[in-house]
Amino acid sequence: MISGNLIIATAVAYVVLLFGLAWFSDQRARKGRDRFLTSPLIYTLAISVYCTSWTFYGAVGSAARNGLEFLTIYFGPTLVFVFWWFGLRKLVHIGHAQRITSVADLISSRFGKSSRLAVLVTLIAVIGTTPYIALQLKAVTSSLRVMSGETGPGALPESLDDVSLAFIIAAAMALFTVMFGTRNVNANEQHHGVVAAIAFEAVVKLAALLAVGLFVVFGLGGGLESTFARANSAGIVLYGEGAFSNRWIALTILSAAAIICLPRQFQITVVENADESHLHTASWAFPLYLLLMSLFTMPIAIMGLSLLPASADPDMFVLTLPLLHDQSALALFAFIGGFSSATSMIIIASIALSIMVSNHIIMPIALRAPGLLDRGDGSGFTRLLLTSRRVSIASILFLGFAYFWLTSGSGALAPIGLISFAGVAQFLPAIIAALYWRDATRQGALAGLVAGFIIWAYTLFLPSFATSSFGVAELVAFGPWGIEILRPQALLGLNGLDPLVHSVFWSLTVNTVLLVGVSIFTENDPVGRLQATLFVDAFKHGSAGQPRYARSSAALNDLFRVAQRVLGAERTEQLFEEHAPRSAANSPAEPTPQFIAMLEKELAGSIGAASAHVMLSQVVSGDTESIEEVIRMADETQQILEYSAKLEHTTEELQSTAGQLRLANEQLRQLDQQKDEFLSQVSHEVRTPMTSIRSFSEILLTHKKLPPEQRQQFLQTIHSESLRLTSLLNEILDLSALERGEKLWSNEPVDVHQALKRAVDVCGPITEQNGLEVRLGDLKGPVWVKANADRVCQVFINLISNAAKYNDAADPFIQIDMKLRDGDLVVDFGDNGPGIAAKDRGTIFEKFSRGRHKQQSSQTGSGLGLAISREILANMNGSLELVSGRSTGACFRVVLPLADAPANLQPEPAQ
Amino acid sequence: MGLDVLIVEDEPAILTSLEFILRRAGWSTGSATDGETALKAVRSDRPRALVLDVMLPKKGGFEVLKELRADSATQDLPILILTAKGQKQDVRTAAELGATSFVSKPYANSEVVDAVRALLAGDGNIGSVAT
Repeated sequence: MISGNLIIATAVAYVVLLFGLAWFSDQRARKGRDRFLTSPLIYTLAISVYCTSWTFYGAVGSAARNGLEFLTIYFGPTLVFVFWWFGLRKLVHIGHAQRITSVADLISSRFGKSSRLAVLVTLIAVIGTTPYIALQLKAVTSSLRVMSGETGPGALPESLDDVSLAFIIAAAMALFTVMFGTRNVNANEQHHGVVAAIAFEAVVKLAALLAVGLFVVFGLGGGLESTFARANSAGIVLYGEGAFSNRWIALTILSAAAIICLPRQFQITVVENADESHLHTASWAFPLYLLLMSLFTMPIAIMGLSLLPASADPDMFVLTLPLLHDQSALALFAFIGGFSSATSMIIIASIALSIMVSNHIIMPIALRAPGLLDRGDGSGFTRLLLTSRRVSIASILFLGFAYFWLTSGSGALAPIGLISFAGVAQFLPAIIAALYWRDATRQGALAGLVAGFIIWAYTLFLPSFATSSFGVAELVAFGPWGIEILRPQALLGLNGLDPLVHSVFWSLTVNTVLLVGVSIFTENDPVGRLQATLFVDAFKHGSAGQPRYARSSAALNDLFRVAQRVLGAERTEQLFEEHAPRSAANSPAEPTPQFIAMLEKELAGSIGAASAHVMLSQVVSGDTESIEEVIRMADETQQILEYSAKLEHTTEELQSTAGQLRLANEQLRQLDQQKDEFLSQVSHEVRTPMTSIRSFSEILLTHKKLPPEQRQQFLQTIHSESLRLTSLLNEILDLSALERGEKLWSNEPVDVHQALKRAVDVCGPITEQNGLEVRLGDLKGPVWVKANADRVCQVFINLISNAAKYNDAADPFIQIDMKLRDGDLVVDFGDNGPGIAAKDRGTIFEKFSRGRHKQQSSQTGSGLGLAISREILANMNGSLELVSGRSTGACFRVVLPLADAPANLQPEPAQ
Repeated sequence: MGLDVLIVEDEPAILTSLEFILRRAGWSTGSATDGETALKAVRSDRPRALVLDVMLPKKGGFEVLKELRADSATQDLPILILTAKGQKQDVRTAAELGATSFVSKPYANSEVVDAVRALLAGDGNIGSVAT
C-alpha cells in the first residue's frame, strides 16, 4: 500500500506537469514555431482520448466478466477508422468549411441552422455524457481507495467516504479543466496546449498499461502461453454469452457510433483537426493504438482472476496485481496511467460540452438580453463567453458527480460507459443523414432525436438508477402503473433481450424510422436546402475542374426567386415556362444541370458570368450564405441594374444629343458644301462674262483697224457683259441677304393690280422684242396684299421676263390670272412655251438653275431670279411654286396674303 | 472636209469672239451652241479640230467628248476643252475622257490660238498655259 498523501502529491505533480506542458505548447503554437504540435502523430494520440479509465480499468473487468466481449469496444472504432475514413474525412472537411464547433453545431447547421435542434443535441450530449463523467469519478475514486488501502497508515481518512472523495475529485477536475480549457477563447475553438497534454497523457496511459501487462504476463504469468493456459482455471469464459451475439453486434455498433458521436471525439477528430490529411495517419495509427491498449487486457484479467481473491474488484486488477507483488512504483505508474485516462476524458468532454452549452444555450439567451453585451470593445462578449464556459464546465462535472452520487457509485465501469455510448449514439442517424441524404429535413432530425433520446432515457438511463431508487426499480420491474408492455427493459413485450441491446434496438430503430419518415413528408426550407447541399456535396462544392452543378440540388422556387431579382418577373416566368424541366405529371421537377447552366448563362447576360455563377452556386451548390443572403445580393444586383438602366437612359439622351449634333453637323457640312458649290457656280457665272470682256478687249487692243461697226459691236458686248457682271454680283448679295433673313423692307398693303401694271410696263421692251403677248385675267378693282410694292414688282418682272426669254412658241403669250382663295391672293403666270422638263422641276428654284438654257437672248439671266423671287415671297409670308397650268407651258403660282385696304385707299405710289 | 475648227459654245458673245480670233488666225470655223448639234456637226462637217465648251445645253461637253472618243471615226479628233470652272477635277475628267488639250476661261486669245494650232499640227497634248 502506498501513502494516500504520496498518491495525491504524485497526482497533483502530474497535473502540474500537464499544465506546464499545455502552457508551453500554447506558447509555441502561438508563435507558430512548432509543426510537431499540429502533426498527425499528436492528432492520432489525441484521438485516443477515446480510451478512458473505462478502457484502462474497466476493460479488464469486462474481460473478467464477459470474456472477449470487451474487444467490441475497440472493434467498432477500428472499423470506422479503417473502412470509413472517407466519411470521417467528409465530416472533417465540412467541419472546416462550415466552421463547425461541436456535434450540436454540426447537426443544427446541417438542418437549416435550427437553434432548437442545437439545444436538443446539447441537452442529449450533456445528459448522455454525465454517466461517463461519473464513470471517471468512480474510477479515480476507486483507484485512490485501492492504492491507499482500506486501512493502515497510508489510508485516507475514514470520514472521507466515496461520495465526498468523488466530490473533491470532481471539484479538482473542474478547477483543472477551467484552468486548462478556458484560459482564452480561440476563434476556431482549437486548443493546441490541451491537445498536446492529451497526447502526452495518451502516451502515459499506454505506457502504463503496457508496463503492467508486461509485468503481469512475464513477471507473474511466465509468458503468454502459460498465462492463457490459466484461462480455464481462472473461470474466464472467452466468448461470454456467445460470440457475435446480439450484444456483440450492438456493442460494435455503439462503439462505432461513439467514435463519431461522442462530443469529446468530435471535438478532437473534427474541431481540433489542423489538416484533413492527418486522418490518413490516424486511419491506421489509431487502430494500432487500440490494439496495443487491448493487448494485455485479457492476460491481466486471467492473472487477476487466478491470483487475486474472488472478492477483488476486476476493474482494479491493473492496480491490485502490482500492489499484490509489492511493485509500488509500477502500481503508482499504473495509477497515473488510469488517472491520465480519466483526466483526459474529463478535460476534453467538459470542454466540448461547455462549448455546446455556451454557444447554443447561454449565448442565444445572452444575445437577446439587452445591455449584457453593450461594451463597445467586445470585451463583454469575451468575458461572457469565458464565464459561461467555466460555469458550464463546473456544472457538467457537478452533474457527473450527482449521477455518481445518485447511482451510489455502484455497478461496474463498463455498463456505465455503455449507457453514455447508447445516449450519444442517438446522433448517428442524424449525422449520417447530414452527410449523405439531401432530403433529410430538420423536422425529421428533430423527431428522430427526440424519440431516440426519450427511449434511451426511459429504457437505459432511468433503469441505471434502479439500484439506488426503489421507485425506479419498481418501474423497471413492473412498468409504469403496472403496464407491462411499457416496462423500460421490455418495451412492447420485447422480452429476453439484454437491456443494452433492447435499448439500442428501440431507440435507434425509432430514431431512424422517424428521421426517414418525417423527412419524406416534410420539406426543407431554403436555408435547409442550401445547407443540405453544402454538406452532402461538400467535396463537390468549389472543386475546380469538375462539371459545375454535377447534381442538381436547388428547388425551382429558389432558382426562380434568385433569377427574378436579376431578370425581372416577366422574363423569369417566360424562361421557366419554356425551359424548366417537368416530370411526367407535368409538375415542376428537379432542375436539371442543363437548366441551371442555361439559367446561369441567362443571368450572366445581365450581371456578368462571374457574378451569375457566384449567385447561382449559392443556391445550387452553394456557400454558407443563407438564401436571404442570396436574395439580398440579388436585390443589390437589381439596384445596380436599375442604376445601370438610369445610366443607360442618360447614355441614350447623350446619344440622342450626339445624334442631333451629328445631324446639325451634317447639315452644316451640307451647307458648307452648298456654299462651296455656290462659290464654284458664282465663279463660273463670273468667268463667262469675264471671258467675253477679256477676249473682246484683247481683240480691240490687237486689231486697231477693225471696221467701226464691228468695233462698236464688240464694245457693246463688253459693256453689256460688264452690266451682266454687275447685276450678277448685286443679285448674289441680294439673295444672300434674303437667305440670311435680313429685314430688307416692311410689309404694307399693296395693290397687286398696280404692281402688275408696273411690271408689265417695265417688261415692255423685252416682251416686244420676243413677241410675247401678255394676257391679263379679268379680276377687277384693287386687290390689297400685305407686301412690298417694289419687291412684288420685282417678282412679277422676273416671271414675265423669264417667259419672254424662254417661250419660243410660234405665237408666244403669257396668261396672268388672279383669284382669291382662303384669305390669299393667287396669281398664276402660265405660258405656252416648252414648259419645265420633268427632271428640272425639283431644282428650278435653286440658285443658278436654268431649267431650259437660254439660247439666243443677249439678256441672259444670272440663274438666280427664281431663287430670289421665292425668297422675296417667303419674306412676305407668301409662296412661289410651279403648278401644272392649263396649257402645255410652264405655270408659276404666286400666293400672297390679302390685306385690308389702307385707310386712305390710296394706291402705292409708283416709283 | 473644208472645215478647220468647229467651235461648240453656248455663250453668244464668247462664240463671236472665238470665231473672230480663229478666223483671223487663218482657219475656217463652224459653230454649234449645244451638245447635240455639235455631234451632228462633227459628223457632217468633218472638222480637223474641235473647240468644246464644257457647260452646254442639251448635252454637256464631257458627254460629247465621250461619245466622240467612243466612235472610231472621231476617236483621234483633236479636241480642245474650254471650261469656265477651271477646277482640277475638270482637267482630270477631260484628260481621262481623251481630250487633247485644255484651256480655262477666262483665257488670253493667244492661248486658244496656240492650242488650236497645236491641235491642227497634230502635236496637241493635254495641258495648257494657265492664266
